[in-house]
Amino acid sequence: MSGLPLLEAAGLSLRFGPVPALEDVSIEVYPGEVVAIVGESGSGKTTLLRVLSGMMRPEAGVVRYRDPEGTVHGVQEMGEAALRRLHRTDWGFVHQNPRDGLRMRVSAGGNIGERLMAVGARHYGNIRAEAAEWLRRVEIEPGRIDGMPALFSGGMQQRLQIARTLVTRPRLVFMDEPTGGLDVSVQARLLDMIRALVADLGLAVLIVTHDIAAARLLAHRLLVMRRGRVVEQGLTDRVLDDPQHEYTQLLVASVLAA
Amino acid sequence: MSWAIHTEGLAKSFTLHLQGGTCIPVLEGVELGVAPGECVALAGPSGAGKSTLMRLLYGNYGVGAGRILIRHQDMEVDLATADARLVRAVRRETLGYVSQFLRVIPRVPTLDIVAEPMMVRGLPREEAKARAAALLARLNLPARLHGLPPATFSGGEQQRVNLARGFAPGYPVLLLDEPTASLDAANREVVVGLIDAAKSAGTAIIGIFHDTEVRDRVADRLFEVHPMPVAA
Amino acid sequence: MTALGYNFGYLDENTKRMIRRALLKAVAIPGHQVPFGAREMPLPYGWGTGGIAVTASVIGASDRLKVIDQGADDTTNAVSIRRFFARVAGVETTERTTDATIIQTRHRIPETPLREGQILVYQVPMPEPLFRLEPRVAETKRMHALADYGLMHVKLYEDIARHGHVAISYNYPVLVGGRYLMSPSPIPAFDNPKMDRMPALQLFGAGREKRIYAVPPYTAVRSLDFEDHPFQPVRADAPCALCGSRESYLDEVVVDDRGGRMFVCSDTDYCSTRQSHQEAAE
Repeated sequence: MSGLPLLEAAGLSLRFGPVPALEDVSIEVYPGEVVAIVGESGSGKTTLLRVLSGMMRPEAGVVRYRDPEGTVHGVQEMGEAALRRLHRTDWGFVHQNPRDGLRMRVSAGGNIGERLMAVGARHYGNIRAEAAEWLRRVEIEPGRIDGMPALFSGGMQQRLQIARTLVTRPRLVFMDEPTGGLDVSVQARLLDMIRALVADLGLAVLIVTHDIAAARLLAHRLLVMRRGRVVEQGLTDRVLDDPQHEYTQLLVASVLAA
Repeated sequence: MSWAIHTEGLAKSFTLHLQGGTCIPVLEGVELGVAPGECVALAGPSGAGKSTLMRLLYGNYGVGAGRILIRHQDMEVDLATADARLVRAVRRETLGYVSQFLRVIPRVPTLDIVAEPMMVRGLPREEAKARAAALLARLNLPARLHGLPPATFSGGEQQRVNLARGFAPGYPVLLLDEPTASLDAANREVVVGLIDAAKSAGTAIIGIFHDTEVRDRVADRLFEVHPMPVAA
Repeated sequence: MTALGYNFGYLDENTKRMIRRALLKAVAIPGHQVPFGAREMPLPYGWGTGGIAVTASVIGASDRLKVIDQGADDTTNAVSIRRFFARVAGVETTERTTDATIIQTRHRIPETPLREGQILVYQVPMPEPLFRLEPRVAETKRMHALADYGLMHVKLYEDIARHGHVAISYNYPVLVGGRYLMSPSPIPAFDNPKMDRMPALQLFGAGREKRIYAVPPYTAVRSLDFEDHPFQPVRADAPCALCGSRESYLDEVVVDDRGGRMFVCSDTDYCSTRQSHQEAAE
């Protein structure tokens, strides 16, 4: 494990009118570390994810990203082209709704291949072989490589989105409620698949979820957010088994046997 | 005395915000030290805080006051104040914990559950799996079960998977919470053997044993956990 | 002589100046689409208004104009546009590729190689090569700005996955000067290689979409492809029934109502020139 964080943010603040979305939030993510941000709707967790991934600008504070060569970049100072390249190479983003992360009228293979082609892959046979391999890894029958995602089940669509995101081997993946819209049985399988892939690939993941059980299964560390503030953070099992803050206690108490 | 792990003035209380901020003190002034190769059994009446102490030592509960000093690689780390990443490193390299119940991860085969902590410590996959298989066999878990996820196993079988996972990596400090609770006599013997072997290898062990016969065979001494006076 | 009451070249001088500025910018940024203010022309959108506006802005009294429609000089559209410029600019017209200084074209590049000093003006219905793939105009602009063209390759990938080859026979996307993705207008893919390092200046006008773009002389124009599925221009596997050419792009002509057909050169000037040479040789 490297001693330096992949992503560091300090003093992030952002208000939507009178509503504080982020108030003085700081966070680091280290290589190979899964960090979950939990909290109820409107707690600011999705806003935090958007700010950290450069999709939204904070009013105060900085977000820094360390590239594979060790150079640190201010995410807000990066040009749009550099940020987009980053999102296709060293970073990935898994949306809650697979429709936001997939091209529904492009085949499964084309969806996975797009990220490879965007970074310069120009050998059809290799792209296709890579796409088939990733379908296998996310437990989609490689025979469906030419199938349209619109005809896939919700769970398959989400797995396809994950394959598409991971194919360029990012080191840091942002996930926004990746199991949000799925049936409970499908959620379990997806979470387990994410857990295995993350461990296999040594990914760092920043996952936003309101699902405490998902956070417990996946995350090494937990941040609890409420009204734009991080009210508690620490090792996942410490936060969930011995919650200190009133809000965390309420959150944990509202879950059945997490 | 050079301790593998020791506590200084360790205290713990729970504040229940949802019950009007009620404060329940559980432990106070705990001074526990365990040397390498020593096994200490926690004693005291039910509800005295033995399990709470174990969880404090593992970092699972947050420390109220005092220190938990553990020899981790060549440093002495205070688990009470260490950040989450350091606690993870200590758990990976130094501190093992066999809880009463296996936290089953869906769809992961038994062999992988046992091999995983060895692999994260850098043991090659095949070697880790071979060691896991050997230990599971020693705990009388038939090879046909090694490829299955333990979700459908009996309580005793799950406990043995848990024991294998805890003993396999050879942590310098090992916490055992009722390691023989749901085991038959034969497997209890195996566990006693594992504990003895770990002690000979220099492991410091802290355990809760309701089975006094096992306790008397493995423990070098008892450490009394005193119940806190109930608040008026 | 120009027709009475019209400015030279039909457009007023300020409009021409505006279009020339757009053209200069387009030449300076090869393959980049430059917006321009299209004027009402005496023919409907889709009939070549963009090409006419460009031609009107670059044509001078000493120019000689050729107009082709799908390779032919004698179709209604080509004849009308030629006659239009003869009336409003009083310029000479020609059907000979080698004699022309400006060639306005709909959907073909002449077979006879163009030379320095000539200008090829394309009529373009849809200038945006990504429009079928990305419906959001703002997003296509961002993709051009960032040279983010993975999506276009996705389209080629999908074609190969579905048909075994890239199923684009015309309007085959090209990368200009290694930078901008460009629609070559609906010319057959067969013509694409002619654009690469062409000595003549290539100007593109899209009237309805109000865009101008350009390829300066000797600019690299590469048809997108994969290493293991290289770009292959296709033509019907037959000689021209009139001139016998095996190199030119062919039109399939149905000659009777019993399914009889023949293949002839789509470039009428090329074909008739070859025929007259053959007659002369006999």
